[in-house]
Amino acid sequence: MKFTLKIWRQKNAEDKGGMVTYQVDTVSPDSSFFEMLDQLNQQLISKGEDPVAFDHDCREGICGTCSLYINGRPHGPLKGATTCQLHMRAFRDGETIYVEPWRCGAFPVVKDLIVDRSALDKIIQAGGYISVNSGGVPDANTIPVPKPNADSAFDAAACIGCGACVAACPNASPMLFVGAKISHLALLPQGRIEAERRVRQMVAAMDSLGFGFCSNTYACEAECPKEIKIANITRLNREFLAAKLAAEKEQTGGFAI
Amino acid sequence: MINLNAKTPGVPLPEQWDAYKAGCKLVSPNNKRKLDIIVVGTGLAGASAAATLGQLGYNVKSFCYQDSPRRAHSIAAQGGINAAKNYQNDGDNVFRLFYDTIKGGDYRSRESNVYRLASISPEIIDLCVAQGVPFAREYGGLLANRSFGGAQVSRTFYARGQTGQQLLIGAYSAMSREIAAGTVKLYNRRDVLDIVLVDGKARGIIARNLVTGEVERHSAHAVVLATGGYGNVFYLSTNAMGSNVTPAWSAYKKGAAFANPCFTQIHPTCIPVHGEFQSKLTLMSESLRNDGRIWVPADKSDAELIRQKKLRPEQIHESKRDYYLERRYPAFGNLVPRDVASRAAKERCDAGFGVDSHGRAVYLDFSDAIERLGRAEISARYGNLFEMYERIVDDNPYRTPMMIYPAVHYTMGGLWVDYELMTTVPGLYSIGECNFSDHGANRLGASALMQGLADGYFILPYTISGYLSHEINTPPIPTTLPEFHLAARDVTDRLARLKKSGGKESVDHLHRKLGKVMWEYCGMSRNEQGLTKALGEIAELKAEFASGVKIPGGLKEYNPELEKALRVEDFIELGSLMVRDALHRNESCGGHFREEYQTPDHEALRNDDEFTYVAAWEHQGDAAPEMHREELHFDTVKLTQRSYK
Amino acid sequence: MALAGVFLLVFLAVHLGINLLLLADDGGKAFSAAAGFMGTHPVIRIFELALFGGFALHIAFGVIVSIRNRKSRPIRYQHRSLSETSPFSKYMMHTGMIVLLFLVLHFIDFYFIKIGVVSPPPGIGRHDFYSRAVALFSDPAYSAIYLFSFLVLGFHLNHALQAAAQTLGLNHPRFTPLIKAASALYAMIIAGGFMAIPLRFTLFN
Ligand SMILES: Cc1cc2nc3c(=O)[nH]c(=O)nc-3n(C[C@H](O)[C@H](O)[C@H](O)COP(=O)(O)OP(=O)(O)OC[C@H]3O[C@@H](n4cnc5c(N)ncnc54)[C@H](O)[C@@H]3O)c2cc1C
Ligand code: HEM
Ligand code: SF4
Ligand code: FES
Repeated sequence: MKFTLKIWRQKNAEDKGGMVTYQVDTVSPDSSFFEMLDQLNQQLISKGEDPVAFDHDCREGICGTCSLYINGRPHGPLKGATTCQLHMRAFRDGETIYVEPWRCGAFPVVKDLIVDRSALDKIIQAGGYISVNSGGVPDANTIPVPKPNADSAFDAAACIGCGACVAACPNASPMLFVGAKISHLALLPQGRIEAERRVRQMVAAMDSLGFGFCSNTYACEAECPKEIKIANITRLNREFLAAKLAAEKEQTGGFAI
Repeated sequence: MINLNAKTPGVPLPEQWDAYKAGCKLVSPNNKRKLDIIVVGTGLAGASAAATLGQLGYNVKSFCYQDSPRRAHSIAAQGGINAAKNYQNDGDNVFRLFYDTIKGGDYRSRESNVYRLASISPEIIDLCVAQGVPFAREYGGLLANRSFGGAQVSRTFYARGQTGQQLLIGAYSAMSREIAAGTVKLYNRRDVLDIVLVDGKARGIIARNLVTGEVERHSAHAVVLATGGYGNVFYLSTNAMGSNVTPAWSAYKKGAAFANPCFTQIHPTCIPVHGEFQSKLTLMSESLRNDGRIWVPADKSDAELIRQKKLRPEQIHESKRDYYLERRYPAFGNLVPRDVASRAAKERCDAGFGVDSHGRAVYLDFSDAIERLGRAEISARYGNLFEMYERIVDDNPYRTPMMIYPAVHYTMGGLWVDYELMTTVPGLYSIGECNFSDHGANRLGASALMQGLADGYFILPYTISGYLSHEINTPPIPTTLPEFHLAARDVTDRLARLKKSGGKESVDHLHRKLGKVMWEYCGMSRNEQGLTKALGEIAELKAEFASGVKIPGGLKEYNPELEKALRVEDFIELGSLMVRDALHRNESCGGHFREEYQTPDHEALRNDDEFTYVAAWEHQGDAAPEMHREELHFDTVKLTQRSYK
Repeated sequence: MALAGVFLLVFLAVHLGINLLLLADDGGKAFSAAAGFMGTHPVIRIFELALFGGFALHIAFGVIVSIRNRKSRPIRYQHRSLSETSPFSKYMMHTGMIVLLFLVLHFIDFYFIKIGVVSPPPGIGRHDFYSRAVALFSDPAYSAIYLFSFLVLGFHLNHALQAAAQTLGLNHPRFTPLIKAASALYAMIIAGGFMAIPLRFTLFN
């Protein structure tokens, strides 16, 4: 197969950057998208040019390292798959493919197609955990969890932190990512104990990092490679409102004003 | 001369860890604050260690090459984690897990370490549940288990097919909490390239900032390496693209012994190689073998027609299929251990019965299981795996049998460590897949996750305090010491040399070449002639790399080709050590199969009289490395020949 | 934002109820009575203030949030987004603005006359909303603008109700689809209801 690639090239964070057109031929339809880019890079290296930098690691859809905005969609045209799980047979022979980095003010470009997503880590640091130390915890089976809750918690915990939700969102909002973590922990009895504090702190961190606000377009749900559901955002909103009310309760010593 | 004293406590096996902890020196909270610890790696081992050391109050500096600690390769583990909880009341206990691990490792691991691992395993599950890891549960709300890798008890805890991910997120979250608290400082996108020794003790590292290209110095009172395995020496493996041996290799060059490097695990059920540009192999969970039957055509002519795509597997009549595992191993059938299943597949393909266009695949067939259990049940059990297979191969496994082939998966070898997980360099520790400690010559399924977390959450935090209790009067180590200066200069020189080499070949091209040599001669089965040949070819490759590698881009910028070059350069040297190790071990054990040493019916033949030891290699500069032995004593279990007939 | 929006949703329903009285074949008696009641009753006066507040808040938040949202992606994509989104959700600002323009017109035509800022056209009393409405709708251009504005409002509302439920954290596996349906239904009733009036006047007079 043959492809025309229009790829965002940018030397470093300060460089202005722009789209550059490349041609790749003799691509096997069984190649993954990254193997196609590898092939392009081998071409560039042999010509003495700088290869295209892109993030990737596991190449099996679980580490969340890969990104790429391909033809107007994060992780490309395949539903429920990451870029590394995308194969060239998903494209037409001769097709022109646009490849861009995730765009969000909170994700500055590092080089070419690589962006800095540490803002997502910062949100987790603000409260995406259960505060227990290693050791001194009860036997695992003393905390029973209803199976449906455990299953829903798992569904939310399946988030790979890739940031496609932010990339897809017209407002560059990470609500799906945050909602997934809030849901994961809020659905488990272990996580309920500090649920209010967690949601307040994580939302505050999210708001301080330069992301946009959710306006319920649901683009995130459509593009999430792990098919995390929008209901997790609803739960985040609910937990957040409840936590707000609870905070007032704390301040006024109850509702009996 | 290195010292291979394992420092095993001199009390009976079951009492050793308690005795150790009782006698272990501690560091008081006000002193912990003054002590720095570097932890390289944020996989299960590294993240759990960083989190725990942070909670204890040490100053932790944590390093990883990814953009986020949550992306370490542990995230890819699918199947599960073992623990001797005996929740199923099926006769499991600490001793049985210990025994299974020793036997599964073909009697080439240290009893004391393995026993401790088994005895800590239940605590790991408790902690993970408290952290909110969403393990699979029964309707009653309690934890579910499954039997894994042919174990006779159900002791494997799992979270669908993403156990590694969920465990790592638990450890990452715990670590994130410490980052917020300020006890752990994260250095992401750093490539650790050297270990700095001051007065013979590990005191720091040299790292390259992958974004700016800057060569940085970081100091600490102790250094912990949790950098994972080196399976990528084979180029194609199930490991993440960035997995590498570099930090462990630089430790080796600074005097840490490297143990059993030739012990690698080849996983039998992976998706076969499809073409020249393939970059990576994908594992299909071992659990598939519970219901799938493995076969190749019984007639070579049929295999030939299949390879030419003139015949489809469904068209081959039952009587013309060779279910070779069931034929050879009637007792275990398709559930024989990984090494046995892998070798059997290779044997059939070598004999000309392989089925994909390259003749390097066998069938894993679910048609019987679908008939017996119904499509719905099969889909409930393996639906996500079937989907994954179809996405990659574009073939529907409900209709056509899957094609699978063995691939490199795990490395049992690694830095030699004693009972305290310290290498032969004082103050340098190694945990997780990076060390050699618990799996002998073959690892059981679902035991790597257990080991990584045991090391990080529960073992290292104790053992390191014994060492650090002698360091409480050592002020912070200045990075201006001449030793740091020298090490940084070595790294800078190395970078400049690579960049200048001015050849024509890309790093990937040379890496692929190395992979072919390793796979051919030091892969699933090995022999003296091939290994000797490999030594020569690797030496040639080393020369070719030195003069022929081409690295575009600059040193002071994000440069993935440069990163890869550093890794491949170390892999080439490691490859040579692996071959040496394989050549010296004149026996077959676990993942190491020497064709000269097999029983008349082609089973691995161990030589306990001569080889019941750990081979620990010491770097000797340009001269050949020197091998030291740690003799293994089996006081508790009796050595027997593994048999799966 | 959502709360103010929900308040507006309620207001719209009431407003529609009154306007539909225009359709009653009584020469505007019922409508005028209702409008008169709405125009004079003190409780309603308070609500009117709240309504202005609601609009102001809703618009202010809408604008602030939209500006911040634009800033959150300083460099745009080269390729147009092909991600599936909830219908009209991306155009809330656009549809909102059109509704706002209409509101201005609406104020000039009715509210400003009522409070006496603008004098009514000759022959129509300051509080005679019925005649005013009949006169306006006899102008096809005005009717067209009116129809268009409510079509757009319908789009705004189609997303609005279920979005508000989402923002307020109301979710249930069974009820969420119902809320979505209710949202669409509400939008159709409001838009359809308001649009029925000029259609009735232009087509049947
Ligand atoms: C596909 C697959 C499935 C598996 N399934 C299972 C299973 O079901 N059960 C089981 O028990 N085991 C399984 N394993 C094995 C298990 O996942 C690993 O052995 C284990 O996760 C290793 O953990 P670790 O913490 O030692 O290292 P890793 O998770 O590999 O982490 C290495 C860390 O070191 C860092 N690092 C490496 N090099 C450098 C450098 N140069 N500079 C800076 N940082 C560096 C990396 O950034 C990373 O953070 C599986 C393995 C694979 C490949
Ligand atoms: C009668 C008139 C109106 C009603 C009933 C109404 C109702 C609503 C409701 C319920 C929402 C959903 C809030 C949420 O997402 O939680 C909404 C969103 C919105 N409205 Fe309106 N609205 C009206 C007029 C306007 C006007 C005049 C504007 C002009 C600026 C406007 C701008 C917006 C915007 C920008 C949004 C998206 C909000 C977001 O980002 O979340 N609306 N509207
Ligand atoms: S919610 Fe989905 S899209 Fe967003 S970070 Fe998680 S996996 Fe990626
Ligand atoms: S590279 Fe790991 S998810 Fe794509």
